[in-house]
Amino acid sequence: MSIQVLVFYLFGTLLTLSALSVITVRNPVYAALFLVLTFFTSAGIWMLLEVEFLAITLVLVYVGAVMVLFLFVVMMLDINLSRLREGFARYLPVGILVALVMAGELLLIIWTKGAQKLPLGEGNPDGFSNTAYLGERLYTEYLYPFEIAAVILLVAIVAAITLTHRGRREGGRYQDPARQVQVKRDDRVRVISMPAVDNKERDA
Amino acid sequence: MTANDLFIALPELFILGMACLIMLIDLYLPDNRRGMVSFISVMTLVFAGIMVMRWQVTDAATVQYAFNETFVRDSMADVLKLFCFVVLGAIFIYAKHYLRMFKLFQGEYYVLSLFLLLGAMVLISAASLLTVYLGLELISLSSYALVALDRDNRRGSEAAMKYFILGSLASGLLLYGLSMIYGVTGTLSLSGISEMAALASNNITLIFGLVFVVIGVAFKLGAVPFHMWVPDVYHGAPAAVTMLIGSVPKLAAFAMAIRLLDNGLSPLQDQWMGMLTVLAALSIIIGNLVAIAQTNLKRMLAYSTISHMGFMLLGILSGTAQGYSAAMFYSIAYAIMSTGAFAVLIMLSRAGVEAENLDDYKGLNQRSPLLAAVMLMLMFSMAGIPVFVGFFAKWLVIQAILDVGLLWLAVLAVVFSVIGSFYYLRVVKLMYFDEPETEVKVTAPADFRFVLTINGLAQLLLGIFANALIALCVASF
Repeated sequence: MSIQVLVFYLFGTLLTLSALSVITVRNPVYAALFLVLTFFTSAGIWMLLEVEFLAITLVLVYVGAVMVLFLFVVMMLDINLSRLREGFARYLPVGILVALVMAGELLLIIWTKGAQKLPLGEGNPDGFSNTAYLGERLYTEYLYPFEIAAVILLVAIVAAITLTHRGRREGGRYQDPARQVQVKRDDRVRVISMPAVDNKERDA
Repeated sequence: MTANDLFIALPELFILGMACLIMLIDLYLPDNRRGMVSFISVMTLVFAGIMVMRWQVTDAATVQYAFNETFVRDSMADVLKLFCFVVLGAIFIYAKHYLRMFKLFQGEYYVLSLFLLLGAMVLISAASLLTVYLGLELISLSSYALVALDRDNRRGSEAAMKYFILGSLASGLLLYGLSMIYGVTGTLSLSGISEMAALASNNITLIFGLVFVVIGVAFKLGAVPFHMWVPDVYHGAPAAVTMLIGSVPKLAAFAMAIRLLDNGLSPLQDQWMGMLTVLAALSIIIGNLVAIAQTNLKRMLAYSTISHMGFMLLGILSGTAQGYSAAMFYSIAYAIMSTGAFAVLIMLSRAGVEAENLDDYKGLNQRSPLLAAVMLMLMFSMAGIPVFVGFFAKWLVIQAILDVGLLWLAVLAVVFSVIGSFYYLRVVKLMYFDEPETEVKVTAPADFRFVLTINGLAQLLLGIFANALIALCVASF
């Protein structure tokens, strides 16, 4: 067994275990942290496939940005754990039954038709840069789908703003920089003269 | 990429540019000039239509590819796009009145609708798995947002949430299927997949992928048993949005079925024919039966959509060029019919209250003979009564399945379309033979009434002169 296969199985086992933990641990913060581990190990497997750009992006975007946001939300929300698990025992038998039937169906088809082993891909030549290759493909061969994906992101922004932005409310307090810079001393400070008071006399 | 590629995709580029431009213009328009957005949007569609027609591909033999075979322009694509423009143009005029009445008049409706149209065009012209998926997502994302447009309405938000969750699930399933197909064939291009699939039509992974693809298509069409979202979304969304998601996306979903099942996976026809038969038969049965029990017009139309999509699938499952053109005719006819029916609903609505209950249609003939006549034509057409366009649509698909020897399916379709006419004719009975409950006058702006009259007459004219539209559809395959 070559070292690559060994590393693959190590990462694969770790990936499956941590993915299982995401859905089984009780504490949502632990679940989110296990999800980080899942992403990290899958990035490792991608590294084995020599797709370093995707692996790095997965860590940067998902672990670095998405999961941090996720943890933020999980910690800010007051999640009632007992309510989340309500009815778990009640649905469990049906869930197990459905899972068993589906697994049985899958096995039956594979058993009658026979599973096919896909051929292994050939490794990339030395000095091959996945990042350069990806960039080149993306902006030449797949330019059109790439642009459509950009439009989808634009629509997502428009939709999010349409559904949440309510404009300026009447009577709300807003800053107006133009008025802020025009402010004079007299607008903010008022000097008033008061008769002097003798503290000793007052305290006594 | 060459200049020719851009030229082939000119209508898409134009729609994209105009959608962005309208978004910017809308930002600087004062509220009382907002009507301009509607006007520019309609003009955009007119010019896009001219662009398509000027360089229209008119015979099935000519196929133009662009952008490394990710984009295809053929006769079917051009005809479907033209009808998307026509239907959306009418919807924009109907929607202006509705949005004003319900205080929802904002540029975003038009911008998101144009993006939805762009998604539909991308899907119609898809020549690769990637563009199929991206086009579908563009349509879905725009429609989720549009359903929730009336954000203070709880019913609308709930419908949007359901639509979003079920839609994402369906997209996920479709993507899973596409990845299996890609894994087996090693190519994203639909024509490449067709070549590879012919070599391995018994490949188990390929058939697995096909199952998920069929699920994705069935969900988009709203075919039983993937129809759960249809009634709730139709009911919950504002009528102007329901009208939109019941028309343009259906044309796109038809194109998606043709692109994936015929252009891509035609070697697996034996497999998908069986799956579609089940979907079509269930949709026709359940759609028609449940529609009878509805007292809400929007829900009734939702179930009627399900049964119509079942009929449309009949044409596709026959797997012949004749069947495809019949299904195309059906989807175009359906898009025009359903737009008209929702327009009648909008015209009867008063500020803040949609005329969605069947009782609102009592004695409509006495309140507004013109509106009642339009609704009569639409309902007759949906029921499939001769001379109206809906009759020819049903006739063509039934003929197509008879030609491939599916007699039992044809009998089932006929029986259930007779059962289905009950609920369409009930609306007619309410309008003409019942006494009105209110005397409130029915009014709408002149452009609204004008387009609605044409929409109603189109049912009759497209029926009498059905040959012209049939010829267009036949020339596409």
